[in-house]
Amino acid sequence: MMSLDLVFDYIVSPPFFHGAVLTLLITVTSLFFGVLAGLVIALMQETRSRPLQLFTLIYIWLFRGTPVLFQIIFIYNVLPSYGIRLSAFLSAVIALALNEGAYMAEILRSGLNAVKKGQRTAGLALGLTTSQVMRFIVLPQAARIVLPPMGNQMIGMLKTSALVSVIAVEELLLVANQTASASFRYLEALTAAGVYYLVLTTIFMALQAMLERSLDPKKRRRREKRPLLDRLLLATESADVR
Amino acid sequence: MNDTTRADPPTRRPATRADAPLLEIVGIDKSFGQSRILKGCSLDVRRGETVVLIGPSGSGKSTLLRCVNLLEPADGGDIFFEGANITGDFANAARIRREIGMVFQNFELFQHLSAAQNIMLAPMKVLGLSRADAHDVALDLLRKVRISDKADAFPDELSGGQQQRVAIARALAMKPKLMLYDEPTSALDPEMIREVLDVMADLSAEGMTSLVVTHEMGFARRAADKIVFMEDGRIVETASSEAFFGGSVNERAQRFLDQILH
Ligand SMILES: Nc1ncnc2c1ncn2[C@@H]1O[C@H](COP(=O)(O)OP(=O)(O)OP(=O)(O)O)[C@@H](O)[C@H]1O
Ligand SMILES: [Mg+2]
Repeated sequence: MMSLDLVFDYIVSPPFFHGAVLTLLITVTSLFFGVLAGLVIALMQETRSRPLQLFTLIYIWLFRGTPVLFQIIFIYNVLPSYGIRLSAFLSAVIALALNEGAYMAEILRSGLNAVKKGQRTAGLALGLTTSQVMRFIVLPQAARIVLPPMGNQMIGMLKTSALVSVIAVEELLLVANQTASASFRYLEALTAAGVYYLVLTTIFMALQAMLERSLDPKKRRRREKRPLLDRLLLATESADVR
Repeated sequence: MNDTTRADPPTRRPATRADAPLLEIVGIDKSFGQSRILKGCSLDVRRGETVVLIGPSGSGKSTLLRCVNLLEPADGGDIFFEGANITGDFANAARIRREIGMVFQNFELFQHLSAAQNIMLAPMKVLGLSRADAHDVALDLLRKVRISDKADAFPDELSGGQQQRVAIARALAMKPKLMLYDEPTSALDPEMIREVLDVMADLSAEGMTSLVVTHEMGFARRAADKIVFMEDGRIVETASSEAFFGGSVNERAQRFLDQILH
């Protein structure tokens, strides 16, 4: 029998709470630098420089072609033998961010490419500068296109972050696993961790839905309110597309 | 700037500033890779004039228009706008383009902005108008192109004809001295062509200097002062509207005309 009391105790206990905070911290930091890396890579691909394009190609090939778990272990264990000593947390964030960058680059690039060339031409013809065209015409349209796949990546990152438990970062899954093996209450410990994960993903999904709404130019005229369940269903639908 | 120091072709006397055409294209060449698209095209558009440019598909009409507002660099020849040589002046491209409105075959309204916002963007960002002033400008222009009720509609909620009229209003918002139209009605259903041509003809009648690529001969008859026929990168006929429709045009132009009038 599962003891709900114990689940509750685990949820409010400091180790679980700290584990959840660390999971969130790893996720948010990795995402931030991942999006940054993706943006740099995507812009490099837009340039006509051959060396830069070759660099991005190799980068994407390496990070999409090997498991994230491999990348985490590699950065944590191999770099020190070349004198680069990083904390487990830092190794985790670097690995996750670099990995994320490869996927974000593809998403961002497809968003930029989805804005047709004629839109830029029309902006230029009005006397806007290239950077104004980028800022007021291309980016707002690209943002709307990349938001759903980016949201999926973000939720994915929350779950992927559990992998860093292999390098002994005290995130949520490691805490749950350690607690369970000490007390043999696997069901309760893992349920407590599962609850945290679900709460976090739900928050992410809600944030995504809010962002998508705020980027919808017609939002002000669409007064109808969607029930929460509908919106979550919509979010899961778009997640399946990937 | 100093057009007097330029070696003009012998047939052409250097125009003085005052009576210079608003737009003067002199012997423009343009190649894409190996293929020569424009082969020494010359063309004048005087203030207040409407010039209609016709010619078969692929003859280089769009390329010529794009060279005029520096969207495409010309390989040779000169373009004078208001007497100033703007050829290759890409440092000032944005400033020059402000004065030259352009309307595209596919409208190219900004999809994320409403009709009014499409019109307001450039006046606000380029001319520095306040939002309120830009909004007033937008509403005035929407009235002018006869769709005042669609200010808050988004492009995907408008018919093709309505979109093209918003696109014309958007170009007018910059108070251009010259309007370039590149086949503005060829993507439209027949029943919408009229409403767009009417707006264009009204503008021409009010004295808006225009260079129009179109095969709508009804419009040409109504609004054009001059008709230019282009073929295979060359301008092969330039005729006044009367001469053109009076039938005194060269054989190639006449053949093309017979074709499009079937
Ligand atoms: N950016 C480009 N790169 C390479 N070739 C081009 C480019 N733009 C135009 N061309 C070529 O130049 C030629 C003339 O094109 P242009 O669009 O100016 O013709 P057009 O007279 O406007 O024809 P249409 O009536 O079909 O619009 C075509 O053969 C086209 O393939
Ligand atoms: Mg064309």
